[in-house]
Amino acid sequence: MAQVSSVPKGQTSPTSKSITLRISRFNPEHDESSGFMEFPISYEKWTTVLEAILDVKKHFDHSVAVRYSCRQATCGSCGMIINGKPRLACFTKISELNSNVVTVEPMNNFPIIRDLAVKFEKLFDTHQKIKPYLIRDDTEIQSNEKEFLQSPEEVEQYIQFANCIKCGLCNSACPTMATDSSFVGPQALAQAYRYVADSRDKGKDSRLKIIDDSHGIWRCHFAGSCSQVCPKGVDPAMGIQLLRGYLLGFRS
Amino acid sequence: MPRDEHREGIKGMANPTRYGIERVAYWLMRLSGLGLLAYFVAHIYETSNILRGQVGWDEFLELTQTTEGHLFLAIVIAMCVFHTVNGIRVMLGHGGVGVGKPARPDYPYEPASQNYRHKIGIYSAILLAAIAMMYGLAVMFGE
Amino acid sequence: MRESTIMKIHYGTALAAVALVAVHILMRLTQGFAESLEYENVLANYKFIPYAAMLELILILLSIHGFNGLRVILLELKQGRVYEKAVSYGCLAAMIGLIAYGSRTIIMTNMGMI
Repeated sequence: MAQVSSVPKGQTSPTSKSITLRISRFNPEHDESSGFMEFPISYEKWTTVLEAILDVKKHFDHSVAVRYSCRQATCGSCGMIINGKPRLACFTKISELNSNVVTVEPMNNFPIIRDLAVKFEKLFDTHQKIKPYLIRDDTEIQSNEKEFLQSPEEVEQYIQFANCIKCGLCNSACPTMATDSSFVGPQALAQAYRYVADSRDKGKDSRLKIIDDSHGIWRCHFAGSCSQVCPKGVDPAMGIQLLRGYLLGFRS
Repeated sequence: MPRDEHREGIKGMANPTRYGIERVAYWLMRLSGLGLLAYFVAHIYETSNILRGQVGWDEFLELTQTTEGHLFLAIVIAMCVFHTVNGIRVMLGHGGVGVGKPARPDYPYEPASQNYRHKIGIYSAILLAAIAMMYGLAVMFGE
Repeated sequence: MRESTIMKIHYGTALAAVALVAVHILMRLTQGFAESLEYENVLANYKFIPYAAMLELILILLSIHGFNGLRVILLELKQGRVYEKAVSYGCLAAMIGLIAYGSRTIIMTNMGMI
């Protein structure tokens, strides 16, 4: 499927350099296997991989499938494998990759919809499974208080994990996810910790019961790949180990 | 595994090259664990030869006390030491020891759990395994 | 059994085995490696009840730890109800089989049934 296209003349600036952008192409509806299309792309110091892909869509091949939205690492839509590692395309500058060839592929461990777009159903299912909301007997509506007060120290316990944008990069890098289709995954486990560590939450026991399963938290072996690829500093590996502390009796 | 799940599979799980020393440790831990289990089963069979009396024991000992046998045992010693030291590191990590404290993350978002304490633990495990292997070789070939 | 209970046993057997295997290896080194493997010395080791008891304990601890580790790896490689049950019961059977086989050596040698 390899195809080489040329840069349109007169569209490069004097400061721009060029790379070859290799885009994985695969349509599960009619392709037997995936292939790559190559495009020479000119870029500036600040050009992101997403901008390069959109450039390809605009000038070369509009049929390249890619999911994106905010372009500022907030929506978590444009996760993909860039030069072998899961990254957000909008958060990765071509200049920082230090390579003349930039290869983009769909994220591992997610079913492919087409080209670079993958299905997130499983991620959202496991996220939902760990009850990602505050569980209390009382509610704000029934109480006389307008809000549940927390000290800054109590907020520090979970705020880092509340930064998760559900981009799926951690699940894509996880070695257990590579083979275990039933594993809850680092994203959901880190979110379980986010709510368990929240002083307003009373659902610790029910969440711990959900993750204390043969494909739950114990299938994490602290390889730390999830934390290394997280674009928001969530550090799922830390959350998972702290969460496991509750099950081992180190925390209460 | 269905093709449409697009999982990396065993090749991706076992590839230690992309995510730093922590992923290498994960891979070595797995490999040494399987190796040690195989050795343990073989060792139980090996020692059962004592039931065959002195002749049976000496016959089997002749098979294992060779240069190849000693080299194999040296690898087992290395696997044993690495698995032990790294296992203690992982166990401490699993209990939340040395993984850092939750805090508001700042750019460039260096993960606190992937800190120098654990990296030192991994390099120590590799170094101690190498030293133990050399000591084992010295003991076995020195006699 | 809950997975957390299994994994607590996994960690516990590991720590206990480390201490006992260290004693087992030190015994080889204090006697001199080749000498410690001589028939009479090995037999004397087996006949010394505290040492035989320690070997039995090592056998049980490492069998539990090793085969549970294998179960974990196999469960992560492939999924499915039948496969997972087969792996769990298969590892349990192998664990019991190895303990029985090793115990036979220890008990028979200790009791002088050679």
